[in-house]
Amino acid sequence: MSASLESGLDTLRLIGRDQVEDLLYREAELLDRWDLDEWLALYTDDASYVVPSNDLPSGRAERDLVLIDDNHARMAARVERLKSRKAHREYPHSRTSHQVTNVRLGPVSGEVLPVRAEFAVWRFRNEREDHYVGHYEYVLVPHGGELRIRSKRCVLAMTTLRTAGDVAIIL
Amino acid sequence: MSLLDDHVTTLPGVGVVDEDLERKRFRVHRSAMTSAEILRREVTEVFDRCWLYVGHASEVAEPGDYVRRSVGGRPIFMVRGHRTGEIKVFHNTCPHRGAVVCRTDAGNTKVFQCFYHAWSFNTEGALTGMPGREAYDGGPDFEELSLRPVARVEEYRGFVFACFDPGAVGLGTYLGAARDYLDLVVDSMTEPEVISGSNQYSFRANWKLLVENSVDGYHGPSTHDTYIKYLVSQGSDLRSAGGGGNAGLDLGNGHSVIEYGAPWGRPIAKWDPLFGPDAAAEMERVHARLAERFGEERAHKMAHTNRNLVIFPNLVINDIMAVTVRTFMPAAVDLVEVNAWQLAPRDELPEVRAQRLDSFLTFLGPGGFATPDDLEALESCQQGFRSGGVEWNDISRGMGRRPRHDDEEQMRAFWRRWQALLNGGSR
Repeated sequence: MSASLESGLDTLRLIGRDQVEDLLYREAELLDRWDLDEWLALYTDDASYVVPSNDLPSGRAERDLVLIDDNHARMAARVERLKSRKAHREYPHSRTSHQVTNVRLGPVSGEVLPVRAEFAVWRFRNEREDHYVGHYEYVLVPHGGELRIRSKRCVLAMTTLRTAGDVAIIL
Repeated sequence: MSLLDDHVTTLPGVGVVDEDLERKRFRVHRSAMTSAEILRREVTEVFDRCWLYVGHASEVAEPGDYVRRSVGGRPIFMVRGHRTGEIKVFHNTCPHRGAVVCRTDAGNTKVFQCFYHAWSFNTEGALTGMPGREAYDGGPDFEELSLRPVARVEEYRGFVFACFDPGAVGLGTYLGAARDYLDLVVDSMTEPEVISGSNQYSFRANWKLLVENSVDGYHGPSTHDTYIKYLVSQGSDLRSAGGGGNAGLDLGNGHSVIEYGAPWGRPIAKWDPLFGPDAAAEMERVHARLAERFGEERAHKMAHTNRNLVIFPNLVINDIMAVTVRTFMPAAVDLVEVNAWQLAPRDELPEVRAQRLDSFLTFLGPGGFATPDDLEALESCQQGFRSGGVEWNDISRGMGRRPRHDDEEQMRAFWRRWQALLNGGSR
């Protein structure tokens, strides 16, 4: 094992829940402020953002129909789209509240720290309110003394999307 | 109640569609989208009498496989019977006292047991057991108390339809000229199958706005600007739409289709950089196989031409960068529940399958870069109707010329049939 790997592992083993919560709360705040470039900067270059279908929470994008399967390039395209005035569903932007709770750190394995948290995301726009409820599955990695997000999987607890209509915002 | 309800008189629906051939003007009164009275009439004259899509045969491939659905606003389920091997569709209600008998979305079973009083039914629908049958004088009437099949069930090339009207014409007659377009989709695939996972979403507008939107080639560049920019950023050559055949067609019986050259890659079989360099040769081979079987002209149509098909009243099959099978049902005049699945050939190359799935979710899915903007457009129209001042929608585009995919003849085809049914016309 190389020295840098070891130091990465050491960093991860020292991470406490408070630091993970700080990261997740920061992400929630950036999304609620529509500061999407800053949001994207929380992710590694090989990151992914996935939302499986409501009726197939275990769905894999290469095999099954999922709702969102973004690599970093498409996350950037999603940010670009949402910042433009032509993402009609989100122009003007919704007001949102990303609420993160029940944060649990998994065992460090390899160089990564798995994290699970519950979420409720509220979206308000045009006199309508939508909500998304479920859990996040994160994979976090050390990056220059900080934590970055390598993957985020949003598993919806709702059995359908009927109460939300669509997933035009970032969960 | 909206302002527009005032215009609805004793026979709702009559005169809502106004076609003036001389002036080349086609209008639909906005009460069609806002009147609760018209919705009530739609349920009895359209959804209770037309053939409605239930599911695909590949979803119930084995005896005992079942899926639970809501069709025409009614809970039903589709199961492949163990004895006959046939697909049956039953009203999802216990003949005893009413409880729902099939309580999970999908699975495989030998028996459906109502949990309320433990009556059991086999996969052919027959009542096979109940506790304490001696309480029925002379024994229970097992036949009378068996699961009630939906009045009519027929399949066309894997697409299973049901109809609640026992007197309806057969499915083949009903589909009419639309069959040819279903054939194009089915013939282009070896063993079409529904991919696991579905989209079940909603929007707050009238259901007929989604019918219009599904065959609306006019809105693409304006509504879907961000999607088109995304495709270009990924290296798609949008000038490659040489597929020809830009047309909007009335297929009769309310069905319609638009055809247009694909400005993007098609998994069968128009290569695009997104499929990766290795897939080009395989896609050529697929095209050659289709040409051998169906002739070059039809193969070219399958490979290079997009089609968005509306089967009246509420089935949309988009054969574009992926194939979606989408059905929808009003829950209110301004609320629609949409269910969508994806159809693909079983033997597809993994990288083509991966790109197909990817293309589906970026354009067709409710988390993609296009569908949310369509929903916004439909909801925006519904909000606009509340403003009053304007009583009619104008659907005249392309009257007096050979209708193109970005004209509105395909919508007029729907509206003419809709009007005839609401007026009590024959099915």
